[in-house]
Amino acid sequence: MIKKLTVPSRGAKVAAGAVVVTLSFAAVAGAETFGFGTTPTEQEIAAIDIDVMSDGRGYPEGSGTVAQGKEVYASKCAACHGENMEGVKEAGGAALIGGRGTIGTPKTKKTVESYWPYASTLFDYTKRAMPFNEPGSLSNDEVYAVSAYILHKANIIDANATMNAETMSKVEMPNKDGFIADPRPDIFNYR
Amino acid sequence: MTKAKNPDLTYPDLSSYEIPEDKLAQIEGMRDAEKRALMARKAELEECECREGMFPNPMASRRSFFAGAAAAAAAAGSLPVVARAAAPPGAKEFEVPSDPTKVQGRLTNDDGGYGSRSQFEDEVRWRFPTKTKESSWTMTPLAAGMGMITPSGLHFERHHGGIPTINPASHSLIVHGMCDKPKKYSVADLKRFPSDSRINFIECSGNGLTEFKAPYLKTVQGTHGLTSTSEWTGVPLSTILDEVGVKPGAAWILAEGADAAVMTRSVPIDKAWSDAMIAYGQNGEALRPEQGYPIRLMLPGYEGNTHIKWLRRLEISDKPFQTREETSKYTDVVKDGKARQFSFTMEAKSVITFPSGEMKLPGPGFYEITGLAWSGRGRVKDVEVSTDGGKTWHLASLQGPILPICHTRFRFPWMWDGNPALIASRCIDETGYMQPTIASINEVRGVNGHPKFASIYHLNGIMAWAIGADGSVVNAAHKV
Repeated sequence: MIKKLTVPSRGAKVAAGAVVVTLSFAAVAGAETFGFGTTPTEQEIAAIDIDVMSDGRGYPEGSGTVAQGKEVYASKCAACHGENMEGVKEAGGAALIGGRGTIGTPKTKKTVESYWPYASTLFDYTKRAMPFNEPGSLSNDEVYAVSAYILHKANIIDANATMNAETMSKVEMPNKDGFIADPRPDIFNYR
Repeated sequence: MTKAKNPDLTYPDLSSYEIPEDKLAQIEGMRDAEKRALMARKAELEECECREGMFPNPMASRRSFFAGAAAAAAAAGSLPVVARAAAPPGAKEFEVPSDPTKVQGRLTNDDGGYGSRSQFEDEVRWRFPTKTKESSWTMTPLAAGMGMITPSGLHFERHHGGIPTINPASHSLIVHGMCDKPKKYSVADLKRFPSDSRINFIECSGNGLTEFKAPYLKTVQGTHGLTSTSEWTGVPLSTILDEVGVKPGAAWILAEGADAAVMTRSVPIDKAWSDAMIAYGQNGEALRPEQGYPIRLMLPGYEGNTHIKWLRRLEISDKPFQTREETSKYTDVVKDGKARQFSFTMEAKSVITFPSGEMKLPGPGFYEITGLAWSGRGRVKDVEVSTDGGKTWHLASLQGPILPICHTRFRFPWMWDGNPALIASRCIDETGYMQPTIASINEVRGVNGHPKFASIYHLNGIMAWAIGADGSVVNAAHKV
């Protein structure tokens, strides 16, 4: 009798006969895993592990002040986001501040100030994708500084604030409680 | 079969919409994209003096033929013959012999070994006119589509930092975080694993964003063109998770792309274990660059943005990462002012693609109503069609194979009596969920409760088209 050789899959392990799967797996690979690929070095991981999480994990070394951020903003950001962070429609740059309290009203204005629930997202996104014409070019100090300047202009932190891993982690955004889990299906028209 | 009419380029007045600026800008953009395509068609119609008798298409004059009832016009001697200097995108221009049986044709394999479409076929995606061409999107021409597969070159797109050019030989995927054995995979490594192929749709959750409040765009490409279906081939993500050994407590995985946006989304680990895939193939060949070459994430049934293209990193974690695309974007503000987050599933939906907006039926008689139905929750069970504005519904025939999380082609034979008609379709998926009306969606989520604002994402309501006594077909969203 010819048996079909199979490879392990999670579904098979759960649903099918575990013994058969294990045997045929051994016949194919002779090991518990395929073992393809290599082990990345810590440096290789660190080089692209740039995300920052809302609980503060992932913030890099460095710091920046509101005053320093003002300079970074003027040279790297203002062209698209406007001198006063009001956004520049022609450039496709969104408004960064204002609109607080408008979410869910006819005048809804989504900005970092009014809508973004976590300061970590501001740091993370600026670091990974901004400025648009030179993505990923800002140093950690510059990202801390420009984050500080935006958060200050959004009336979230003081003018004399210095932002670093510790202070950024403690920022509470105005709309932090503005999000709920997806409740769908929300229309019960079943048959 | 159909007659084009001189396109109507007027649109509803947006000043009465009273909706947020960002939403307004998106509606205006969609309008401008459609308008541009319709204007191109208008220009050609005037040029060839053939306002009647052609399939509605922005570049229809290439086809220089009549069909069906319009053949009479051709017989009368008004058949237009229009030469064009340049071939449409994806085609090459060749001289057309008067009798192809009297001259030898083109040389075998003279195309270099990779074929192109006919110079007489000119369906193209439309681009949403964002301020930058790097961050933009395009819509699939559904009206002319056949079957359930979208040609790779017509698959809708959404890019946030342009289309990167990546040499697969120097691309790798690093999997790390809460696992026993972090791994770095070359594209060649990934192709050594047991592979799988699945035919799945991908739909942008912004598909239909212009139609929440009232009928707005004119064509099905505008109202529904942000969905496409391909056969995707790759390695199940569960295989990779087995390889790296996921640690207890892991709940989310960050997927990250290698484009200029370094696009990121958090994926629930249950989804990663169930049917997620790292795809390197599309419709029998490598992924197209605009679809994520050399590798992309496939999360069948989830909103398109989560299918991270140009995948370079997967980080296993205990919490979601709260990236920009899952906080400031792709969240739905509903009527209590709260925003729904992680609204992944694309719910059951369908649309009639023929007849659809801007077409013109030449007269009473037989028409095959056809369209697409799909559900992010599984197979399409039934599609029902109404030709009387939703008073009565009839089962459409479904073209097999009916696959889970896949466009399903439906057809419904119809004798049009020449009176105004309101046609619509609704999809019932295998969970029993029936595609709701737009009104019932708005009632729950808030447009009716708050008539002055509207959502952007996840509109899966019933789409209707109104057919006038003159055979013209117009958007009748909200009317069923």
